Amino acid sequence: MPLLDVQDLKTHYFTLRGSVKAVDGVSFQVDKGEALGLAGESGCGKTTVALSLLKILPSGGKIVDGKILFREEDLVKLKENQMRKMRWKKISIVFQGAMNALNPLFKVGDQIVEAIRTHEPRVKKKEAWKRAEKLLETVGIEPSRATNYPHEFSGGMRQRGLIAMALACNPELIIADEPGTALDVIVQAQVLKLMSELKSRLNLAMIMITHDLSIISETCEKAAIMYAGKIVEQGDIVTIFKEPIHPYTQGLIGAFPNIKAAKRRMTSISGSPPDLLEPPTGCRFHLRCSHVMDICKKEEPKPIRISENHYVACHLVTA
Amino acid sequence: MDENVAVKVTDLKKWFPVRMGFLGSLFSRKQSFVHAVDGINFEIKMGEVFGLAGESGSGKTTTGRLLLKLIKPTSGNIHFKGEDITTLPEKKLKPLRRRMQIIFQDPYESLNPRMTIGDILSEPLRVQGVVKSEAEVEAKIREILETVDLVPPEEFILRYPHELSGGQRQRVAIARGFILNPEFIIADEPVSMLDVSIRAGILNLMLDLAEKFNVSFLYITHDLALARHMCDRLAIMYLGKIVEMGQVEKIVYEPLHPYTKALIDAVPVPDPTAERIKVVIKGEIPSPVNPPSGCRFHTRCPVAIEICPKEEPALIDVGKGHWVACHLHK
Repeated sequence: MPLLDVQDLKTHYFTLRGSVKAVDGVSFQVDKGEALGLAGESGCGKTTVALSLLKILPSGGKIVDGKILFREEDLVKLKENQMRKMRWKKISIVFQGAMNALNPLFKVGDQIVEAIRTHEPRVKKKEAWKRAEKLLETVGIEPSRATNYPHEFSGGMRQRGLIAMALACNPELIIADEPGTALDVIVQAQVLKLMSELKSRLNLAMIMITHDLSIISETCEKAAIMYAGKIVEQGDIVTIFKEPIHPYTQGLIGAFPNIKAAKRRMTSISGSPPDLLEPPTGCRFHLRCSHVMDICKKEEPKPIRISENHYVACHLVTA
Repeated sequence: MDENVAVKVTDLKKWFPVRMGFLGSLFSRKQSFVHAVDGINFEIKMGEVFGLAGESGSGKTTTGRLLLKLIKPTSGNIHFKGEDITTLPEKKLKPLRRRMQIIFQDPYESLNPRMTIGDILSEPLRVQGVVKSEAEVEAKIREILETVDLVPPEEFILRYPHELSGGQRQRVAIARGFILNPEFIIADEPVSMLDVSIRAGILNLMLDLAEKFNVSFLYITHDLALARHMCDRLAIMYLGKIVEMGQVEKIVYEPLHPYTKALIDAVPVPDPTAERIKVVIKGEIPSPVNPPSGCRFHTRCPVAIEICPKEEPALIDVGKGHWVACHLHK
């Protein structure tokens, strides 16, 4: 029984120009103590998946179909007051952009206290402060720095502060949205290492959302590749990186330079991601695909099971 | 002067004064400076792709701007093809600017939103007065648009930047950089704002153009994995200093400076069967206002010795053009 089981999730944004099908039929599972990497280019809907899981979509965004089963309970059906009990205690998120996700007007400690007391109102202020200090220590920040304001923290410390905040109510699942971007290489490596350590120490389930495949290969056990609102391929990371089947996955991996491998010419995928107001018919990747066939333009490929846990949505597999 | 050298930088420094405000200036004893670039030496050979890598705040972008004389150096010299351009008066800079160009990081900000692509590309031609007639302008624009793969050109000439995707915009910026047939081009993090799947196309385009027009190329980046695939030689900067420099293969496979080692070990590898990242150093890059004494890296260095905080190590050649500034390598 997976901890999180997302089934055919569809989240659309309703705008004046029409509905944007940001997430359009996405299914995946995450087990306890497991990290899933959700990769894709900007605008592929990966952040919308994260916001859907917590039901904190911006106005206009709506889950239109599908199930989000967390311990067999469907979050889609929960009312707002019930959902509030899930947030932070069960599922929490480390937001993108460490530089801006903390409120500059409040002490870091107070912001963590707020997170604790919002979700556990019975906790006394003093006790919450002690917990905040302890959380900062867990992420490698001197507890006395709890009285600092965000501007007194460096970029890496702010990112750690956000991780501490996400851990505040002992969640079972943490979603990290682009945890490494905007950080320098060494600081990014420190943060990723911290997250991996916390994951194994606290037996956390994790969803890493990133455009950087190398981050997924460093920290996750499973990977799902998203393109234009759909997962085109998913499986364990060794399979995804070593035997990718979907042309998009292959292209993405080819586009990634490896510092340790021999110097080579990088490959790119021609064209750019489609507009999700009017996604292409059939397979959404067909306009950029080098193996495109007639059927790709007409019919949408269904995910096909290749081996255990390895799914690909591509007509090439059946052809 | 070696004829093979396109750009030579000697002991180049750029200190930015720290603004203190009114009360600060009344009561403070001393003006403090950001030591953005603090005495660097290097050469870029003809037709070479030279990389400058480092964390943010290491001074790599400032170096790029100094080379183009977009800002004035505090001290030191810049030679371009044997000519000292450090103190060149503004008037004499104009013909020079035709020969050196820059491609900026963010194609959303580096293109004027009120100008069409045709205007953007024709402006450098007109400013430099290299064209005689409108027909020639148009021919040149068509040619360069085709070169950067924005085809058919007439589809793009009358469009505005907001009608193009990020990758297309960066191609326009590249076209603008190359339209004057420059001899030296600086690309400052040219793909960091672009999506992964289109990065490679832009980088390959720049490499192809650099080769085709035989330009010398300075590639500024924080991404060592990209630098490795782009550059012939690479210099690693830390707090305004070059700590290591040499053939890119040497730097990646046999780094000598502890900082370079840490930097390379910290780069995530897109191969799940490879060894996972090791983090050997703690903390973040210190403030360039009061850089640490001696070797600037000693505060974070895992192998620092007694001499490191006291004396600054010089950048020395340890053989085959591999330079390193570390007390452990002499």
